[in-house]
Amino acid sequence: MDMTPSQTIGPFFHLCLTVDETAGRLAGPGAEGERVALICRVLDGDGIPVDDAMIELWQADASGAYNHPDDPRYAEHDPAFRGFGRLATNHEGVCVFETVKPGSNGTSEAPHVNVSVFARGLLKRVVTRIYFSGDPANKEDPVLAMTPADRRETLMARQDSAKPSAWTFDIHLCGERETVFFEI
Amino acid sequence: MQFVPRSFSERPILVDYNLYQMADRAACPARRNADPEYLYEPYRSTLRRAPRRPLILLPESLSQRTGPIFGHDAITETSSDLTRQHSGEPLGERITVAGRVLDEGGRPVTNTLVEIWQTNAAGRYFHKKDQHHAPLDPNFTGGGRALTDSNGCYRFVTIKPGAYPWQNHDNAWRPAHIHFSVFGADFGSRLITRMYFPGDPLLAFDPIFHSVRDEAARRRLIANFDLGLTKPEWALGYRFDIVLRGRVATPFED
Repeated sequence: MDMTPSQTIGPFFHLCLTVDETAGRLAGPGAEGERVALICRVLDGDGIPVDDAMIELWQADASGAYNHPDDPRYAEHDPAFRGFGRLATNHEGVCVFETVKPGSNGTSEAPHVNVSVFARGLLKRVVTRIYFSGDPANKEDPVLAMTPADRRETLMARQDSAKPSAWTFDIHLCGERETVFFEI
Repeated sequence: MQFVPRSFSERPILVDYNLYQMADRAACPARRNADPEYLYEPYRSTLRRAPRRPLILLPESLSQRTGPIFGHDAITETSSDLTRQHSGEPLGERITVAGRVLDEGGRPVTNTLVEIWQTNAAGRYFHKKDQHHAPLDPNFTGGGRALTDSNGCYRFVTIKPGAYPWQNHDNAWRPAHIHFSVFGADFGSRLITRMYFPGDPLLAFDPIFHSVRDEAARRRLIANFDLGLTKPEWALGYRFDIVLRGRVATPFED
């Protein structure tokens, strides 16, 4: 059957999709693993913060298992870790997710977080990934390997030197520093 | 929102980059995907927000074959009836909007979260950024959610939204529409779209609608009036089926 086409989320989704302000917590209080805050910021082609975007994250838990029965390691997944979060950006184009660093998912992929961004002016979502800068597994990651070397940095979250649990990730929708986006 | 796993175990996992040949995937590039391009100049907001660089085709991965799952605790009794979320009844034309969520293979997508949002009957969103000079309705927020049943069916009761002006170009009006957000079976099937109403004269002038270049695909965004869905002396009915991208196809699947 033919797919239903995408349309932009528009600027008024908050009244339905992001009413739950706790939806930025991917990890419950009892979740295993290294706690991190993912500080995501969305910028337009002029570098101006996008204050009406919605970001969704999906990731494996600290052991690398997904909260989904199609993961062969589903039985091992951490019940305190839901793995999904979504938030609206604020006036600075920022939203902050509370999660744990994902583990290796059993393939050659390095630990990563899947990202969807929806916004007015985006007729369909953009999909990218957050990798953790400095992770030795990044060298073997097949997705990073197929990304042009000069743009690979756009997929790296940066650790805050003053606060090591905080990682920042800027998403440039277009412009000179355009983030690498994926087709899936 | 809670994320309660449902039990299903069809389809084996296959995560092997060597077996999954990029060339094979490129051989079926369209995937009957009629999504708009990012850049569509008549819709002005795309100019500063549309990515310009080529997308990188992501190899199949467990990351995309999995995705969030929602349980019944994501919804309440009045979640899917937008006319019963306040003490009084909203103004406007009461309608039922129902349909099925299917994948590309025509299989029902069961227990998936469908969320909708819309203006009130006067064309005004319950949102601080909406400054359209039209009245708010104290009995209408305009947000709803439902889970599809074992046949992939969903159903909402709401009121017909209104058209409203926007700043895209001179005398620009958005045709009445209902926003739909659907998760589907995995990360790859996520869709946000809009349902329009049949016969709306504003559709001909709307750049967001026309960002979908294929006419047949545009028609899939328009609901069908369905006499069978109407309730005599109570509500009119519209049917809107949604087809999500299926499981990431592998070269071994038909």
